Amino acid sequence: MSAPTQVLFDEPGPKARRNNIVFSIVSAIVLLALVAFVIWKFADAGQLEAEKWYPFTFSQIQLVLLEGMVATLKVALVASVLAMIVGVVFALLRLSNKTAISLPGTIVLEFFRGVPVLLLIFAMFLIFGNSIGPFWSVVIGLTLYNGMVLAEIIRAGILAVPTGQREAAMAIGLRPGQVMVQVLMPQALRAMMPTIIAQIVVLLKDSALGFIVTYQDLLYQVNLIGREYRNLLPTFLVGAVLFIIINLIVAGIARWLEKRLQRKTTAPSGAAGLSGTTGAMD
Amino acid sequence: MDFLQLLELFLSGIWGTVRLFTVALVGSLLLGTLLAGMRVSPTPILRIAASTYINVVRNTPLTLVMFFCAFGLPFLDIRFGSTSSFNSFVYATIALTAYTACFVAETLKSGIATVPVGQAEAARAVGLTFSQTLGQVVLPQAFRTVIPPLGSVIIAMLKNTSIASAFNNRELISAMRNAIEVRGDLVIPLLFGTALAYLILALILGRVFDHLEKKLVILR
Repeated sequence: MSAPTQVLFDEPGPKARRNNIVFSIVSAIVLLALVAFVIWKFADAGQLEAEKWYPFTFSQIQLVLLEGMVATLKVALVASVLAMIVGVVFALLRLSNKTAISLPGTIVLEFFRGVPVLLLIFAMFLIFGNSIGPFWSVVIGLTLYNGMVLAEIIRAGILAVPTGQREAAMAIGLRPGQVMVQVLMPQALRAMMPTIIAQIVVLLKDSALGFIVTYQDLLYQVNLIGREYRNLLPTFLVGAVLFIIINLIVAGIARWLEKRLQRKTTAPSGAAGLSGTTGAMD
Repeated sequence: MDFLQLLELFLSGIWGTVRLFTVALVGSLLLGTLLAGMRVSPTPILRIAASTYINVVRNTPLTLVMFFCAFGLPFLDIRFGSTSSFNSFVYATIALTAYTACFVAETLKSGIATVPVGQAEAARAVGLTFSQTLGQVVLPQAFRTVIPPLGSVIIAMLKNTSIASAFNNRELISAMRNAIEVRGDLVIPLLFGTALAYLILALILGRVFDHLEKKLVILR
């Protein structure tokens, strides 16, 4: 609980405390009833029987799930690296003071940022699928979309570095390119690291779209196992837990980095309203 | 398939997207507000329930949430219509609502934090209860403060409606795939047309939020 929300209600007195306990019990019963209903229905459909969970003890199934997880992580990793490169390039294009460079950059960026990432993956798959296969279709689709989002984040970071830094760098005789690479960019990347990682989590989640273009990722294997053993729900739960664990680890890294980097830059961390690991969606 | 038929198919796809978007928009605003209210409520159990829900669903890919709704909800005997296409629509709406509501709730919570402490103190001082303080004093101000970030969440949801195409829902992407199946020679124009449709929808939405921002946002 953060401090500002605590003020919404008084420190409870005896009567409020009694009401609170009654209300706690009532809401607990309602929530438990809801959960119980779901469990009862799933059990009724035979989805929770021990034999439905039994396949997960096979080393074969564990291996298939592991392969799916590795495939998902592989897509996410390659796409993250490429998206960072695309992001830096387009941030620089947009910051150029020559309209002939910044205008096309802006148009391309707004185009790829404005369409669903699934459409980009489909486009790659439908146009180039035969030659590049599903893996690269997913990677390029994810790269185009997230690269453009990262470009905006990095651009905001560069703009947030105090102008004195640029002026000082120029005063000691650095060329504009050196000012960018040696002074502005390191500070911008540092300041925006939490936001960048939040976007990487988004990319990781979007990599689950791969199964739609027949890429054999975690969700593809979950779907396959669930149909094969008619245990869709248990497999779904296992898949969801795997995804959530990966995401929480990445989000944990973001928080750790945020704390570590806080005092090492002159730009405000997570600058310009893009802050926090919670705001990013899609 | 001639041009008119293609156009008709596309318009039905756009209608499907708009319909899914609108219902999920209303749903996620309501559920998101409820979750945000639960997160700041005096009842610990509601706070824990809301934050557990938000943390779990937010960290699950939307595709997986849709997967669960499309294949898991039928086990709960939650069926809404006789036709399977209507059921697909409802499942997609539930998934989109359940997912987006988390982001709406998080945005609103940060908005609640920007409302000056004095507002809530004054509300308490004149004897308002917690729900009155939240509903009549704090939330209206929080909503007005978070219009810009709420706008990006909503525009992201518009793009996320595309994922419903993988679960038998009729919308823009599935219309595009149908069209490409019959007219394989037009792949690139069809892809481009679909992209353009999304860009126009997002542009309209952006304008609406710009307008709302100008009229309503409170600068502090």
